[in-house]
Amino acid sequence: MTALAFDTLLAIAIAATAAGAVVARGLYASIALFIIYGLMLAVAWVRLEAIDVALAEAAIGAGLTGILLVGAAARCRAVERRTGAIGDGSGERRTLLRTIQGAMAGVLAAAVGAAVLLLPDSAPGLTATVAGTIERSGVSNPVTAVLLNFRGYDTLLESMVLVVALVGVWSLGAEQFWGGRPGLKQHARTDGVLAYFGRMLPLVGLLVGIHLLWAGAHAPGGAFQAGTVLAAVWLLVAMAGLRDAPPIASMRLRLLIVVGPAWFLAVGAIGALAGSFLGLPEAFASELILAIEVLLTLSIAVTLVLLVLGVPRRTT
Amino acid sequence: MTGITLFGLTGALVIGLGVFGLVARHHLVHRVLAFNLIGSGIFLLFGALASRSPNGTDPVPQALVITGIVVALAATALAVTLITRFAEASGRTHLPDDSEDGDGAV
Repeated sequence: MTALAFDTLLAIAIAATAAGAVVARGLYASIALFIIYGLMLAVAWVRLEAIDVALAEAAIGAGLTGILLVGAAARCRAVERRTGAIGDGSGERRTLLRTIQGAMAGVLAAAVGAAVLLLPDSAPGLTATVAGTIERSGVSNPVTAVLLNFRGYDTLLESMVLVVALVGVWSLGAEQFWGGRPGLKQHARTDGVLAYFGRMLPLVGLLVGIHLLWAGAHAPGGAFQAGTVLAAVWLLVAMAGLRDAPPIASMRLRLLIVVGPAWFLAVGAIGALAGSFLGLPEAFASELILAIEVLLTLSIAVTLVLLVLGVPRRTT
Repeated sequence: MTGITLFGLTGALVIGLGVFGLVARHHLVHRVLAFNLIGSGIFLLFGALASRSPNGTDPVPQALVITGIVVALAATALAVTLITRFAEASGRTHLPDDSEDGDGAV
């Protein structure tokens, strides 16, 4: 009973913050509500007993997406100030159109909701299949077993999607800055709060990141969650102005970006010679997964930082 | 009603809110935000439906959702870069509306 009451309050909070993010007049207010929505959603994932997803949602869905949106909003604001354009056009006030759009979105939500209610209460899923084969996967966290062994190709392609997205972001930069440093030089007061956090939190973040990476084999955590925490550490240091972002022409940086996916692919190719692509041999599965996760964490962390920092804007 | 059904319905509602935001808001960053709402609503719906498994939470949908969250971030990063470059090049932060006599000069 208490659980259902909590879930109800949580569902209301999720729906209210999502609605607020959609209808709020100011863009910054919308983004703030979106970040709160993401954190509430992470709690819902905990309630659904999906701790791994909760970690990913809080760190990536709320945190990094929030930074991206705030950064974009700030740049748009600067452009609007320069050109005198207003962000939300006069089109926002047409009531009839809004009503029709709202009604259609409502019909869609009702149809999906009806599907939820009409489905049978119980579905077997693949829990038993995973539980039956997990001993041969090399890890004991079922989510990690699925990510890195049973459905390794998903994770391999996903890590490559990150690299492709980064190439896409870089290619949008102005030609004269190609190979330069991304973002603007950050200036923070050396005795300010940001600089203080920039010195204090990285230690905690590094420990949490390494713990998440190591724990991923048997408990919630793994390469993506750990990579995101490490990325957050780097971003904090960069935003506090303690250490500048590296130029994207740096060969060391580029090697770091591709080492994870490349090693994953190499292991997969060796598996192909032994019988099945990405099939990890049982005897070494545990060690191979750890090696893949460590390198993947490095690559993910670096790629996420560079995705957030954006296009190169300075030559030095 | 169980908590699982409740979160499934919440996911459906968030999808609807996201679609509304995507068509009703004009600022491009707002649209990307709404697009992310649709995505996370679908993830929540998927996760809630996957929790109906009688023998514990199904790990396969969880792994798929984690993959989805990361891919959504990659798409968002590309989208906001396109938006900021578009804004810097054209001076606009929203696409020309049908009602404005869109000269399309962007």
